[in-house]
Amino acid sequence: MDRLSRPTVWIGGGLVVLWVLVALLAPVLAPFDPLKSMTPLAPPGAPAPGGGVFWLGSDLLGRDILSRVIYGARPVVTLALAATCTAYAVGVSAGLAAGYFGGWIDGGLSFAANVILSFPVLLLYIVVIVALGASPANVIIAVTFASAPAVFRIVRTLTAGLRQRDFVAAAVIQGEAPWRILLVDILPNTTGPLTVDFCLRLGYTTIVIGALGFLGLGLPPPSPDWGGMVNEGRALAFAFPHLVIFPCLAISSLVLGLSLLADGLNQAPARGGGR
Amino acid sequence: MSAAPILTVRDLSVLLPRGGDRPFAVQEVSFDLAPAEILCIVGESGSGKSVLTSAILGALPPALVIGGGRITLGGDDLAGLSESGWRAVRGQRVALVPQEPMAALNPTARVGRQIEEVFAIHGRLDAAGRRAEALRLISDMRLPDPERIAAAYPHQLSGGQCQRICIAMALALRPEVLIADEPTTALDVTTQAQVLKLVRELRDRDGQGVLFITHDLGVVAEIADRIAVMQKGRLVEIGPAADVLRAPAHPYSRALLAAVPSLTPAPRAVQRRPSEPCLSIEGLSKSYGVVQALKPADLVVERGTTLAIVGESGSGKSTLARLLVRLTDCSSGKAIVNGEDLAQLSGKRLRLARRAIQMVFQDPFGALNPRRSVGPMIARAAELGGDAPAAAKAHAYALLNRVGLGPDAYERPPSAFSGGQRQRIGIARALALRPRVLIADESVSALDVSVQAEILALLRTLQAELGLTILFITHDLRAAAQISDRIAVMCAGEIVEIGETGPLLGAPVHPYTKALLAAAPGRGVI
Repeated sequence: MDRLSRPTVWIGGGLVVLWVLVALLAPVLAPFDPLKSMTPLAPPGAPAPGGGVFWLGSDLLGRDILSRVIYGARPVVTLALAATCTAYAVGVSAGLAAGYFGGWIDGGLSFAANVILSFPVLLLYIVVIVALGASPANVIIAVTFASAPAVFRIVRTLTAGLRQRDFVAAAVIQGEAPWRILLVDILPNTTGPLTVDFCLRLGYTTIVIGALGFLGLGLPPPSPDWGGMVNEGRALAFAFPHLVIFPCLAISSLVLGLSLLADGLNQAPARGGGR
Repeated sequence: MSAAPILTVRDLSVLLPRGGDRPFAVQEVSFDLAPAEILCIVGESGSGKSVLTSAILGALPPALVIGGGRITLGGDDLAGLSESGWRAVRGQRVALVPQEPMAALNPTARVGRQIEEVFAIHGRLDAAGRRAEALRLISDMRLPDPERIAAAYPHQLSGGQCQRICIAMALALRPEVLIADEPTTALDVTTQAQVLKLVRELRDRDGQGVLFITHDLGVVAEIADRIAVMQKGRLVEIGPAADVLRAPAHPYSRALLAAVPSLTPAPRAVQRRPSEPCLSIEGLSKSYGVVQALKPADLVVERGTTLAIVGESGSGKSTLARLLVRLTDCSSGKAIVNGEDLAQLSGKRLRLARRAIQMVFQDPFGALNPRRSVGPMIARAAELGGDAPAAAKAHAYALLNRVGLGPDAYERPPSAFSGGQRQRIGIARALALRPRVLIADESVSALDVSVQAEILALLRTLQAELGLTILFITHDLRAAAQISDRIAVMCAGEIVEIGETGPLLGAPVHPYTKALLAAAPGRGVI
């Protein structure tokens, strides 16, 4: 079966596309300004002053939760994508070099990766963010620092395997430069497993951004941030569950979508992968 | 046929999924197998011979379904069996000897245990009985020191020993029918000869019917009582071995037989005058620690001639090839190609000098980058050979034409081509750098015989046109006989004999060369 006709790919991809559209169209979709204070702690469905409805209720400061969830998609989607891409840029380049050249390059890079991977991930994030301060750029740095070693390991293993293939030997004999062999003969043949990992890693990064927001290490307030919203509503969660349920659902649905997408892509072998 | 057949197949058809290149994998195939008979099913890849055996074992892949016909084993109809019904048949009444013995054995269990397990699965014997039976089977397989073999793991045994263990497992429950699916394809010729002899002896003693699947007509000539030839899912000819081999009735059988390279060297069109050496190696060697993969070797190949390097696995012939193109660095010695010692060069000078010696690989599926179109791949090689981009593109089209592929091949990915076509592409890519020396490392071994003949003919034509010097590395004496001017025989990292093809095959001197020739299957028949 073609991988694009799998239901998991469609459901997962649909959820992801939905959130990307929500992020893009936030100003159109959001019924209110996400920073505007109105009636505090209004239940879901309550009418808003001056017309309109708090479909998902309002928070402690009287801000519309639906609008905040909608606007909150923007930093999550852009940051998760940017952070994962930089982690990939670093991990893929280091992995290609280590897998292809081996020797001390491989030894040094692998040692550095193993050192980083031996720390608990959340601890790494906290250390980096506390050291550099909370800002979008530093979230990207933290995620790159913690994720690149895992990407490195995958790419290094795939590259070391492809290095032994006859078509790479043919390129070497023809006198092809190593960087061209890496870009033309090796990298394109790693895309199958890497696509799957990329989707999963986007999901992890989404969770991380949520966790950083929850710990108060994400985006500085008052900008809407799903993790931050859960943190703000935590104390009142038993009396006003809508404060935490909706941002939690937002995080879960995006991560679920990415996981389903990765799962669906994983079941099918890569196109044209030889035998 | 005197005795009643043990296995009867009548009008068996197996459907291919919609969208395949033909509607049937196996179409209306009928044959009988008598007790103690060896029936060889011969066909090229895609002929449906493996699907046929899967159907007889009730082990068709889920995408394939039986479209009609009957399979009868000793009077019992197998067609309507349930999975549990099949379990009583498989292993006990019909058993399989696999193609890849190393892959078929569990690498983490001792082989004696694996044989015992066959009895355990079918609830036969107690532990002591199983052990005794396993040891008896191992000694039946003519393996020395059964106790030691039983305690070994598969990786501690050779390919031939592993295949004997697989045969022992297949014969453990005394099946009525033994199906051997290319059982010697992965083995060296001398080992193959021993395994074929073993299968024959066991058949003589126990009287099981053997369905022997192979693509190798030499093997068929060695072992078959009767031969069934399959083509595109149909059984086109079946008859006694001597008749089919001497006077094949069907045109396809005739073509198949004609394609088998003869062990008698092909007459060369022009008797070559001695010319200057194009490739010479002096004391070239390679060691890995204490293991000498290649003992210091000397060779000279004259321009425009073909030297075949013949040897079994582990003989060092591939190591030699890799040293010559500097995929591996040598431990000592010189490899002089076109006047330059490739073993000493590095950097840009190595890159330029290496253009003169190019390689065609064994596996047509692994040698081409699956993510790159064929034309640009060849054009890039031409650019590396010194062509300007526009000239390289024209050169690539010309090369595709030269190896017998149309201009429409240019934009297509390797997956759009068959094994033989891919090998042609590999040759075109190697030629794009205008090399003086072409190394063909087992380049026809993975191909069907008819395709093999085409590629050998192509190499001969290219050699005549371009004055190429060819180093033809092979385990197959037949292919070597057809293409080479001289043959070097390698054994255990050493060149043990070297000489003109005719005299060497006609009157070999070294005992190993004699053994290799004696083991060549089908000698004297084909």
